Amino acid sequence: MGLIEPFLEFYFLRRALAGGIALALSAPPLGVFLVQRRLSLIGDALGHAILPGVAVGAALFGLSLVAMSGGGLLAGLAVMLAAGLAARGGAMREDASLAGFYLVSLALGVALVSWGPAQLDLLELLFGSVLAVDDAALLLMAGTATVTLISLAVIWRPLVIETFDAGFLRAQDGKGALWHLWFLALVVLNLVAAFQALGTLMAVGLMMLPAVAARFVSPTLAGQVVASVAIATLAVVAGLTLSVQADIATGPAIVLCAGALWLALLVAGPEASLAARRLRRPHLAR
Amino acid sequence: MTPPPLVLDNVTVAYARHPAVHHLSGCFAPGSMTAVVGPNGAGKTTLLRALVGELQPESGRIDRGGLAPGAIGYLPQASALDRSFPLACAEVAAMGMWAAAGPFRALSPVERDRIEEALAAVGLRSFAARPIATLSAGQFQRLLFARLLLQDAPVLLLDEPFNAIDTRTTADLIRVLRRWHGEGRTIIAVLHDLELVRAEFPDTLLLAREPIAWGRTAEALTAETLFRARLMAEAWDETAEPCHRATSGSRRAA
Repeated sequence: MGLIEPFLEFYFLRRALAGGIALALSAPPLGVFLVQRRLSLIGDALGHAILPGVAVGAALFGLSLVAMSGGGLLAGLAVMLAAGLAARGGAMREDASLAGFYLVSLALGVALVSWGPAQLDLLELLFGSVLAVDDAALLLMAGTATVTLISLAVIWRPLVIETFDAGFLRAQDGKGALWHLWFLALVVLNLVAAFQALGTLMAVGLMMLPAVAARFVSPTLAGQVVASVAIATLAVVAGLTLSVQADIATGPAIVLCAGALWLALLVAGPEASLAARRLRRPHLAR
Repeated sequence: MTPPPLVLDNVTVAYARHPAVHHLSGCFAPGSMTAVVGPNGAGKTTLLRALVGELQPESGRIDRGGLAPGAIGYLPQASALDRSFPLACAEVAAMGMWAAAGPFRALSPVERDRIEEALAAVGLRSFAARPIATLSAGQFQRLLFARLLLQDAPVLLLDEPFNAIDTRTTADLIRVLRRWHGEGRTIIAVLHDLELVRAEFPDTLLLAREPIAWGRTAEALTAETLFRARLMAEAWDETAEPCHRATSGSRRAA
């Protein structure tokens, strides 16, 4: 079986590919900003935080995409807002408050899944199934990608300033909280859109791994955003192919490919990688 | 450019009940250039943060004469910023245009030229495209000065602006301060180098939680006042009685 033939033959594979590329366009740029904020693990936290919403949605309205995504979105936004406001109020640092809120949310989610009437497969919630992407899920992913990219273009300047020097924007009365919460809402939206295809855990992988890897490609923020999208797209295509050829679960295959690219760039990327540090050109050499 | 005076009326700022600035009254006159001097923990940074509006006084009042938030340029101690952030020098300096350009408007060619000029004024000509990760601590401090230049603020608050900076750079930055002073801007700077204060700053506020002296530098910095400032106890006095000093002005009327 060739590399391309399965995609020509199976409709569901083409749909998975389209959905995966949509995610690859929107999630990694958010990851780049999360890395710069030193919030690399927050995606993980928010990914867990949406679980109770998904469970409640499924319990009340059955296993429909709208119910589960809507519930997940509400739960994620609630945790994000609560944590953000607790941190903005100065009660504690943002990572600490998010850790507190997401752990409560996760425990609540697992409790609801085990107690609820609907037969929810926890494993599928956490790891998803990219081959079950239906039209509604595909539309959600494509819509999310559109909203994310347009949003990022609009709030790019204030978001960069807020990320680099929040105190400066505060002194300028630049409404730092607005841009910050807008950004975190995009993170939640992307995780929710990705959870059906990749599961909550794997969705974070596609957001963060290309973002971390992009550091080894470009020294500029814009360069890292472009590089992260390229890496993620490559990982989606390679992961789907690997999953078909080697019969591995699709979500993990995609994240493993992203991980492999990250490790390769960590060792031999053009910027600040192990090789780039070792093979330093002589000083002042052109 | 005549900024309004900054008037402090019996201001107390406290962290967890313990005052860091205690019953401070006075006025930073328009166009004045004041050094804030005092031992560690004397409330110097707290005073600046209260002036810029980051901290609310527990009692007393700060009258900024209706200055907009963006009209006070504030240079915090630089250590808080992530210098490995993937930004170019010109991009960081350009943040000073926020008040003029806001979150969305594109910068005009004239404004781009002003960014170049600001970088040149602090000795960073030809650094525009350099990533900030490649700057030394002193060069980064100059970059923050360039950003402050572009803010074009009538009131400038500087928190230990010359820390970890070599003498030549300090001299360069002092020249920028003199220019601002000449343009009639109000300058308030926290400093530790008393020689520099005596040479460059007409006015001094000597702070040891409570004001020890505030006036012309020669009169504020005497052996006697400096000795009194050193007597300030850094430790919190847990047995201190609540302070019932008469509150003045508007609060008493209220």
